[in-house]
Amino acid sequence: MQPIKKYVSSAWQALFGDPVRAFGVVSLILLLALAIAPAKEHFSQWHSFQRKYLALIHDRGDAISLRRRFEPGIHQIWLPELGVVDRCTTCHLGLKEASLSDVNQQPFRKHPVVPHSVDGFGCVICHGGQGQATTVAEAHWSERAGEQPILPMRYIESGCGQCHQNALTGTPQLNSGRTILARYGCVHCHAITRPDGSKVEATDHPPSLTHIADKTTREWIFSWLKDPQAYAGSTTMPNYKLSDADASDISAFLVSSSRPQAGDANTTSVKPSATADPSAGPTLYGESFCASCHAVQNAAGNLVGGELGPELTRIGNKARPEWLAAWLENPRVYDATTPMPHYRFTPQQVATLAAFLQAKSDSDYGSGVHLDAASQQQFAHGRKLIVELGCAACHEINGVQKPENFAPDLSTIGSKPLAQIVFLPGMEHSLPSYIVAKIRQPRAFGSSVKMPQFTLTAPQTEALTTALLALTARGRAMPDNLRVAAVPETNYQPAGHAGKLITELACFSCHRFNGRGGDMAPDLTWEGSSVQRQWLTDFLHNPNTLRPSLIRRMPRFNLSDGDNKELTDYLLAVYQSPSIDADLAPPATNSPDVVEHGKQLFYSKYACQSCHIVDTKADKGYIGPTLTQVGSRLTPAWIYAWLKNPLALRPGTTEPNQNLSDDDARALTAFLISQKGPTGRGAKQ
Amino acid sequence: MMRRFNASMTIGISGAFALLSFTTLVGCKHSAPANPGLKATAQGTALVESSGGHQVGVTGTALKDPLVVQVNDDHGTAVPGALVEFHGSPGVSFDPAAVLTDSSGQATTSVTLGAIAGRYELSAATSGKVKPVSLEIVETALGYQERVGSILVDKYCSRCHDSESSPGRVSNYDNLEVKPHPFTEGNALNKMSDADVTSIILHGGPALNRSALMPPYGNTLSAADVKALIAYARAVSDPPYQQAGTVYARPN
Repeated sequence: MQPIKKYVSSAWQALFGDPVRAFGVVSLILLLALAIAPAKEHFSQWHSFQRKYLALIHDRGDAISLRRRFEPGIHQIWLPELGVVDRCTTCHLGLKEASLSDVNQQPFRKHPVVPHSVDGFGCVICHGGQGQATTVAEAHWSERAGEQPILPMRYIESGCGQCHQNALTGTPQLNSGRTILARYGCVHCHAITRPDGSKVEATDHPPSLTHIADKTTREWIFSWLKDPQAYAGSTTMPNYKLSDADASDISAFLVSSSRPQAGDANTTSVKPSATADPSAGPTLYGESFCASCHAVQNAAGNLVGGELGPELTRIGNKARPEWLAAWLENPRVYDATTPMPHYRFTPQQVATLAAFLQAKSDSDYGSGVHLDAASQQQFAHGRKLIVELGCAACHEINGVQKPENFAPDLSTIGSKPLAQIVFLPGMEHSLPSYIVAKIRQPRAFGSSVKMPQFTLTAPQTEALTTALLALTARGRAMPDNLRVAAVPETNYQPAGHAGKLITELACFSCHRFNGRGGDMAPDLTWEGSSVQRQWLTDFLHNPNTLRPSLIRRMPRFNLSDGDNKELTDYLLAVYQSPSIDADLAPPATNSPDVVEHGKQLFYSKYACQSCHIVDTKADKGYIGPTLTQVGSRLTPAWIYAWLKNPLALRPGTTEPNQNLSDDDARALTAFLISQKGPTGRGAKQ
Repeated sequence: MMRRFNASMTIGISGAFALLSFTTLVGCKHSAPANPGLKATAQGTALVESSGGHQVGVTGTALKDPLVVQVNDDHGTAVPGALVEFHGSPGVSFDPAAVLTDSSGQATTSVTLGAIAGRYELSAATSGKVKPVSLEIVETALGYQERVGSILVDKYCSRCHDSESSPGRVSNYDNLEVKPHPFTEGNALNKMSDADVTSIILHGGPALNRSALMPPYGNTLSAADVKALIAYARAVSDPPYQQAGTVYARPN
């Protein structure tokens, strides 16, 4: 104790013994204290990054110009309209330097080329993170209340989706996520309102269960409920992980609540005389282009066919034979809103196709299922389960109301604060990983969670997560002029008897008219200006393909002559383009000189044969439609207008606008309308 | 890794150390020891690429197909149970990073490319006391612009420029009298400047005295579209495209 005391007093004496020395020491301490602030600044992270940047550019050839553009100090992008205060560019110094494209060292990399500028939009709108922060950790990985870590690169497209509600070329993942959101029926339970107030609509077609017993058996319903993917791997119906007893009770309730409907099972035209022709089945299935919409698993286990309709691999296990025949005869009797066309098959064809489809069954499927008749208590339990699980959110069920607000609204899920999320043990604490986990294994978050198990691949889950992350509070707060609205489907409905025919033939499932319909087949909004009457009549009778390389083709409907005429008249009269001027086009017949000149242009100057075939012996291109009989198919006015600018008539077509002169377009049109096909008047020269 | 780094930051170590750890952050990610639990039961003397090489993916996302390599012995027969380790440039991750070959001698892993667009050179190696062998694999990651290009290529170009046919998409390549260059054909395309490629796209083949079978897209594609197309072609070019550097006068 004594030596320490002695040491302290001698130190005191040495420092403050003399008043002048004391003054000096105090001044020194004060000076050091004052130096703390600039020293802190000097040793701050952003400062060291700026020094490091200067060292990086020091030896580069363009160091002078890079250094001239470098500004020391904290940089800030302030966009009050967007709520952006971003200081990221304090350290990310090379974002705008094109010459730094070879630098791979962060934070100095050049920003990849994107449509928006850093100055105009800042950083956090797309990347997330804390724009105001000036330390690496706080800017990138803060998890404090109301703050979000930066978005992993694989979800970056969600940033675009905050303003762009339409499908952009550059965001395939976001687009596919939005498609899944609608196609898997997420929005039946979870309401999603876009920033402009419109609702996301489901595009799936969950069948009504009000007369399900006409279509299938309780045993099938049981097996289906237990594991929908075991019946059809491609179905969007999720797995509810039901116990045997629960599935049995639900199936009992559904069958007992089903009310038979006239016409579901008794076909009027299928007489005993119409017997199935087994050898004709596959041909009829192929000729009717069922595979354009329905998929079937082949021997190798791959799905072959479209996904507009349900998979038919095991349809024989599901459908009652009498229902299947009635359905094939006219699907609109069972389901008035089905996307399936009324083919108008002959009784013989119905029998053949029904037998062909009925044979598509798996003898092992559901073979061990034996259900006892259900008691009153079990019916009640089945109904209770249906209400609890929200089956009626998607399916119409007798005696059960469609639930309102069944699941949480997801309109701002992309801004869900981390503090409100209960993470699973061992899970990364971030919103994207929470959403992914919720989609992959919803029941892992507790046994009371009602959300079922969807079958999505890893890329599909990522896409869906991207679409959900785009639903942010920031997106809703954006100024209106920045918002790009989605293009909504119109509710266009053609009129009269022809309109009824168009609905019955489900033309809208594949074709688009006036902004409504599918995209599998050409848009027919201007079809009336485009084609000639005789061709249209023949085509509706027997559609022969125009594009040899396409797999999906127009099926043949057995239209009566009257219906055919009705439809032809309507298409020609109603779907006329106002922009087509018949006076500009050359007449239907032209002098051989003009035709020859057009031929020269076709083969030499414009080399149209790279994509089209006119002479089947010499030409080989088959990207565009075959033009061997284009003179009998299209009107001269349409050909002329098309040549002048194909994109104006059909936006998104692959054919480039070649900016033809009027003379060249007239000559080419003259040559093309001379191509009347093998049976036409102007057959091969 | 991220979390450990995060913690070190908040403790408040000096800026210089933070800088050091930040720049090495990406590096640490792939130098972490591979699964120590795996024990090789056999060893091969050769590694061959089965599938999954030369894929074109998107930055920061997993490649579509898994990477499969096969371990063979001196006689060219597959070796099951050999340990294969995968390594990549910074930012690349493998799931799993080390794997034992299966009964047909193949090791399969899924590859996620880094956030930087460009070519990634990956390697697979068998670790062993006797003659470790390794194999180089090249994958390409597309950034935003290159991917827009790839989508446009798919719509407008690949039907003729890509000779690969599938039942869903029949190639028109064989039907053309003058064969177009596939975009991967670096030997031909790397010699053309961006300006030349642009004028062919805008004005068609005749612009550079080439075949009229190549139509003009100047009234169909925007300037940004054309830039994206070229960025894509440059990204997938094999051998890789080397950008002409800018020459600056050096100060004395």
